[in-house]
Amino acid sequence: MLRIAVDLNRCQGYAQCAFLAPEVFAMHGEESLLYSPEADEEQREKVMQAAAACPVQAILVDTVDAPAEAVSGAR
Amino acid sequence: MLGDGSLERFRREGRIVVVGASLAGLRAAETLRDQGFAGSLTMIGAEPHEPYDRPPLSKQVLLGRASADRTALPRRRSVDANWRLGVPATGLDMAAKRVRLADGDEVPYDRLLISTGVRSRPWPHEDQAELDGVFVLRTRDDGAALARRLAEGPRRVLVIGAGFTGSEIASACCERGLAVTVAERGASPLVGALGGVVGAVAAELQREHGVDLRCGVMVTALEGDASGRVRAAQLSDGSTVEADVVIVSLGATRNTEWLAGSGLAAGPRGIACDAGCRAFDIRGIVTDDVYAAGDVARCPHPLFGYQFLSLEHWGNAVSQAGIAAHNMLSESTDRLPHMDVPAFWSAQFGVNIKSVGAPSLGTEILVAQGSLKEHRFVGVYGYQGRVIGAVAFDQARWLPFYQELIERTAPFPPPFPTVDRRSDGQRPVDADFPDPSVPTHGPTVTLSGYSPADRRMTFTPAH
Ligand SMILES: Cc1cc2nc3c(=O)[nH]c(=O)nc-3n(C[C@H](O)[C@H](O)[C@H](O)COP(=O)(O)OP(=O)(O)OC[C@H]3O[C@@H](n4cnc5c(N)ncnc54)[C@H](O)[C@@H]3O)c2cc1C
Ligand code: SF4
Repeated sequence: MLRIAVDLNRCQGYAQCAFLAPEVFAMHGEESLLYSPEADEEQREKVMQAAAACPVQAILVDTVDAPAEAVSGAR
Repeated sequence: MLGDGSLERFRREGRIVVVGASLAGLRAAETLRDQGFAGSLTMIGAEPHEPYDRPPLSKQVLLGRASADRTALPRRRSVDANWRLGVPATGLDMAAKRVRLADGDEVPYDRLLISTGVRSRPWPHEDQAELDGVFVLRTRDDGAALARRLAEGPRRVLVIGAGFTGSEIASACCERGLAVTVAERGASPLVGALGGVVGAVAAELQREHGVDLRCGVMVTALEGDASGRVRAAQLSDGSTVEADVVIVSLGATRNTEWLAGSGLAAGPRGIACDAGCRAFDIRGIVTDDVYAAGDVARCPHPLFGYQFLSLEHWGNAVSQAGIAAHNMLSESTDRLPHMDVPAFWSAQFGVNIKSVGAPSLGTEILVAQGSLKEHRFVGVYGYQGRVIGAVAFDQARWLPFYQELIERTAPFPPPFPTVDRRSDGQRPVDADFPDPSVPTHGPTVTLSGYSPADRRMTFTPAH
């Protein structure tokens, strides 16, 4: 699983992400972005491309080398 | 700390405890590790979940596009922490430097970060609040329960309070084809945050999308049926709304009760701290080992005459967390002030609403670009002859320009022509905020004066 957050203060609605990973990012109305906070691992490459292409670097994705930490009581 | 290497030792083997494991807490933990903190880090959280993002709860989750248990925050890096989740902190002993937990445990710290945020203000009548079908929306569990109920197709949803969260909930319900009534005590939705001029646009948006919007009324009572399910609400104008789902959206209360008696300057308006996120004690003396960040903090802001500001903003939690973490690891001359211009976004009824600065501080508004009628505009707020805030409806790309005007304390009204200036925008008008002495649940930026103490404050919402 791939966790995603977009800093929508930064996002300027350029929609590059929606072209590159339409399963995860979509425009909602004229300039609001609606994204899936979690995506399947198969989407990783596309999501990373979208994150890299975002002109304001608003897309935050799990860092690959951040290990899943033991979190007591979670899930 | 003294220049005797003690800071170095602290960075190598000190103990940092973070109470409140959400957005601000996680981002602070990441920054601490990024900046080389190698000691022990303990994350204490009342909720049993790893840190998750709240904004999707009133948007993607209610629209049925994401599930509430799948909004965990992405990790920028590993934080190598000892997580204590599902156990709230119940007390703080500043002299002994210990945090008390609900399970009786005590956790010692060298430096403490408090990021306990806020919680939804509940419906004031407890027996009515307990009726099946009455909800608030703050946590992942709230979001999951509400989404489940909306998916069952209620006949009518009643939203009490038309601040940002209430309006987003109403919008999501409309989009799902549900019948929605919104009851708002003020003259229009969003009036506390953006004033009556922009609030009138928000009201139009709601009505055009089919919301049964009732302003200037209060809900006085909720009624249940024999099986304890909510059935109807009584309004102050004598009318009754039949609804099988009621969402109470009356703003938030700071999670500071656990600090009562600790000696920290913590109260209903939050924890007072200096511009570097160091918390004050009740004597008005700044502590050097207790920090606060996010929704629970109130910090003096240089752009607003160093009055304390409380901000319930995602971006504020992120930036204060970074500042607090940096300062926890720094000599006093290397510390940084929190100076970011406040910024906020909301999406409702297909419109992208964004604001910068402190609109709620403005007295006048100029529609500098676009038109209120078309629901596409930039409104600039003025206070004592300077630009203090701006809001954009589907015009977000212009906001960085206005942010710069705010940072420069540029004169209001702006003396230059703006792109797409219409007849609406020939001159400033009264921004039409409700009387500031009457508490509203609306504003997400609250000015709270110059005093770090908070002891005489009482807050009794009229609902
Ligand atoms: C539905 C919703 C929609 C939102 N939409 C937007 C938006 O569109 N734009 C925007 O800018 N902002 C939005 N926000 C606001 C944003 O989510 C908050 O500003 C942000 O979550 C603040 O982060 P925080 O870490 O300071 O506090 P919180 O996220 O409130 O976290 C505080 C944590 O501390 C825990 N805690 C409390 N007391 C204790 C205790 N005694 N011991 C241990 N743990 C404790 C709580 O359980 C909680 O997990 C929204 C909020 C909600 C609820
Ligand atoms: S590419 Fe970046 S700026 Fe454009 S819509 Fe996506 S997140 Fe927003």
